[in-house]
Amino acid sequence: MFIYFLKRSLVALLVAITVSIISFMLLHLSGDLAQSLAGPTASEADIIQVRKAYGLDRPLVVQYGDWASKAIRGDFGESFFLKQPVFPIIVDRFPVTISLGVSALLLALLVSIPLGIVAALRPNSWIDRLALTISVFGQAMPSFWFGLLLIMLFGINLRWLPVSGTGGWQYYVMPAVTLAYYSMPAFMRLTRAGMMEVLASDYIRTARAKGLRSMTVLFKHALRNAVIPLVAVAAVQLGFALGGSVVIEAVFSLHGVGYLGWESISRADFPVVQAIVLILACLYIVLTLFADLLNAFLDPRIRVN
Amino acid sequence: MSAESHAGAIETTEPSSGAQLRRRLSRHTTFLVGAGILGFILAVALLAPLLAPHDPYAQNLSRRLIPPVWGSGGSWAHPLGTDQLGRDYLSRLVYGSRISLLIGFSIMITSGIIGTFLGIVAGYFGGRIDLIVNFIITTRLAMPVILVALTVAALAGSSVRNVIMVLSLLLWDRFAVVTRSATLQVRALDYVAAAEAVGCSTLRIVAGEILPNILNAIIVIGTIEMANGILLAAALSFLGLGVPPPLPDWGAMIADGKQYMFFSPWVITIPGIALFTLVLGINLLGDGIRDLTAHENRT
Amino acid sequence: MSTVLEVQGLVVRIPLTFGDLSPVRNVGFSVSTGETLCIVGESGCGKSLTSLAIMDLLPSRARRTANRISFDGVDLTAIRERDMADIRGNRMAMIFQEPMTSLNPAYTIGNQLEEAMLRHRKVARSAARERAVYLLEKVGITAAGQRLKQYPHQLSGGLRQRVMIAMGLMCGPKLLIADEPTTALDVTIQAEILHLLASLKREFDMAMILITHDLGVVARVADRVAVMYAGQVVETGTAKDVFSRPLHPYTQGLLRCVPIPGRTKPGEHLGSIPGLVPNLIGEMKGCSFRNRCLHASVECGAIDVTLQQIGPEISYRCILPVAVAAAYGLEATKA
Repeated sequence: MFIYFLKRSLVALLVAITVSIISFMLLHLSGDLAQSLAGPTASEADIIQVRKAYGLDRPLVVQYGDWASKAIRGDFGESFFLKQPVFPIIVDRFPVTISLGVSALLLALLVSIPLGIVAALRPNSWIDRLALTISVFGQAMPSFWFGLLLIMLFGINLRWLPVSGTGGWQYYVMPAVTLAYYSMPAFMRLTRAGMMEVLASDYIRTARAKGLRSMTVLFKHALRNAVIPLVAVAAVQLGFALGGSVVIEAVFSLHGVGYLGWESISRADFPVVQAIVLILACLYIVLTLFADLLNAFLDPRIRVN
Repeated sequence: MSAESHAGAIETTEPSSGAQLRRRLSRHTTFLVGAGILGFILAVALLAPLLAPHDPYAQNLSRRLIPPVWGSGGSWAHPLGTDQLGRDYLSRLVYGSRISLLIGFSIMITSGIIGTFLGIVAGYFGGRIDLIVNFIITTRLAMPVILVALTVAALAGSSVRNVIMVLSLLLWDRFAVVTRSATLQVRALDYVAAAEAVGCSTLRIVAGEILPNILNAIIVIGTIEMANGILLAAALSFLGLGVPPPLPDWGAMIADGKQYMFFSPWVITIPGIALFTLVLGINLLGDGIRDLTAHENRT
Repeated sequence: MSTVLEVQGLVVRIPLTFGDLSPVRNVGFSVSTGETLCIVGESGCGKSLTSLAIMDLLPSRARRTANRISFDGVDLTAIRERDMADIRGNRMAMIFQEPMTSLNPAYTIGNQLEEAMLRHRKVARSAARERAVYLLEKVGITAAGQRLKQYPHQLSGGLRQRVMIAMGLMCGPKLLIADEPTTALDVTIQAEILHLLASLKREFDMAMILITHDLGVVARVADRVAVMYAGQVVETGTAKDVFSRPLHPYTQGLLRCVPIPGRTKPGEHLGSIPGLVPNLIGEMKGCSFRNRCLHASVECGAIDVTLQQIGPEISYRCILPVAVAAAYGLEATKA
């Protein structure tokens, strides 16, 4: 178990390093950074000056080493645009994105697990078909469009919720619903398939043969085993949701990390972008690592060995 | 379900399995609806010059934001109204189908080639190569797709070609995961061992024995990634770094319409419905193929 | 000896699109306290579904009907699901074929044992734990106290089956149904488990129904035998009678197929029954064994063969061996 965890962490670390190299290279290979920095009207001399000023004339390996060693200590350099250290800017925005991601995840689980259970208990019933239809439709709708439709309905026509911006919980309702809608189909399908498999298993028959009440059979014996695979998927989905929050935050003008990333990209503030990509990737890596551990903890077959 | 299996039981007496599959396809509602939608949009894209009533780029600032024909003030001159620059919305919608389809197909094919190659190599050779490919997949999954795509688009310049390139490089993972496990399964079958035993070359085994067997899985993933690619490309356009203006891209049309949606909601609902319908069609087609080929594998 | 379970006219139907599948057709038998009834037959003959039908644990698509299922004075055909759940695991318990998958992997052995008792008895968890330890020792598990904290995957198949047996005994049932309890186990462990079941039956004064396809098992533990073929009971009798004077051609064929210790001479050839089990979909007419029977005549396909009762313990479903009945000095009467 410990060895497994150690191996798993080592791989995670390697992935993190690779991602850091990629996010570093991304900026240096996809165009002349100095040119972008100096702007389209800059002269050749200006560009050379910019290149020197930002240390862009050094070999790439040296630049990476410099950047990475500082990044580990939380020093991601200074924002080109805001002329402030990058890390505090990002940290400042994080609570918004985390609140959005976590509330969307909870909402998605809260809706999709019960739906998945009912669908598994009554396959091909109207509720099963309804759940399927909702998920097929949901997967086909562009998230930003769905968000705009919500704004039109609840923000403009009904005036129940603020149209956009950052503030109290009301500002999170529509973004969270939009984000949740996209992870629901996966959760629902997984719950349904897991429950159907578990309900057909021998140990459920044993539980019924003991005369246990159907609620005990369902919640104690079936659900516990059916949700174990859901844990890993939930962590992955949360990771995707944090990464994908760019679009949602842009739609609702929610000033989180994603919005900051978008802003920074449009104003060529690449130290910020680099840092966000790296931090989001590391968050995803940590989340999947955590999911594996939780999985092992929930499943005695892995935990007790 | 039971009705389907009954039908399948009768059909097993038919001679050719290809004919069987075609007959089953012709009865499967999900598949038919999906194929119908995709076929329709494909036809619109091909016949765009004939179908579009106006030049999609022709601006007319005196006829800005005219509502569609069913709205008050709408007319048949612009059946779906005009946008904020007075361009005919129907014409832009019709030409927009070309962009979405081009992006979708290109991403599907490019990412399909990358992912399938990696998956087959990993599954067939196993060992260290498999470890390396797995590592690449894990790394790719850790990268936040939209941010990375936006960054590349910002640096390399936004163009249809760049959108296709960057998304293709980011969406191959599902192909790789699925072909890898499918290849592992096929690899374990006796006849591949037999082909190896009689001295067939690796390439021949992959092309002759493994590819045909995992083709169904690849096609299904292909539909998923095509839909995914179209949605992501639209999101990039929506964020202003995808398909550049003045091209009539559906995502960009929604982005442009965003600030007018309070008084002219059709400017975002119409291209949204178009995107939704296209993606729904592709998904239904994929679901249909998956259902039917899974059925075929069972019997 | 009092009758614990009496079954008459039990039918299980599974509706399919092209007709009903009837895996259990008009099955009847009874079992008394202290007695072991073996239901024997090849796979697919309906013996397992019969036991599940008694427990009301059939798959949801299957439909059960019966003239009579009387258990310990209660008519099981007429009671509600809730009341049936009160009987299950309490006065009537069941052990299954697959010990590897019959325990929930997510909970400890102790949890799953105690649960069986806490459901039916108003006792403290500590009392349930004591009972669990007592029974685990009874079924031959050492260090029972520690075992309670273990998870199913930490136990071997034989141990898991012992746990399943202990679980069935938690509430002191009047009837224990064991469905192929030894099939999935090693041969050496099979004998131990059978031995254990037989001695527990005596010690706890239960009735036991043992479902098996293994005539060797039947010979070892059965008091009475019911032979099933294609969803019907084709012969019942005491184990001694059935083994020494089988009446139904199917039973005779079965006994020729297996060596019985002490009965089969060394070097003797074993037999086989040619042919296939009939399709159980739709209505059936005539003797279901006739296509494999050496003595079949036209008449066998023309009339519905009923059970012939010759004496209180012996009955068989065949029109032919009337001469055999005469050998018992009994008058053949239609049941």
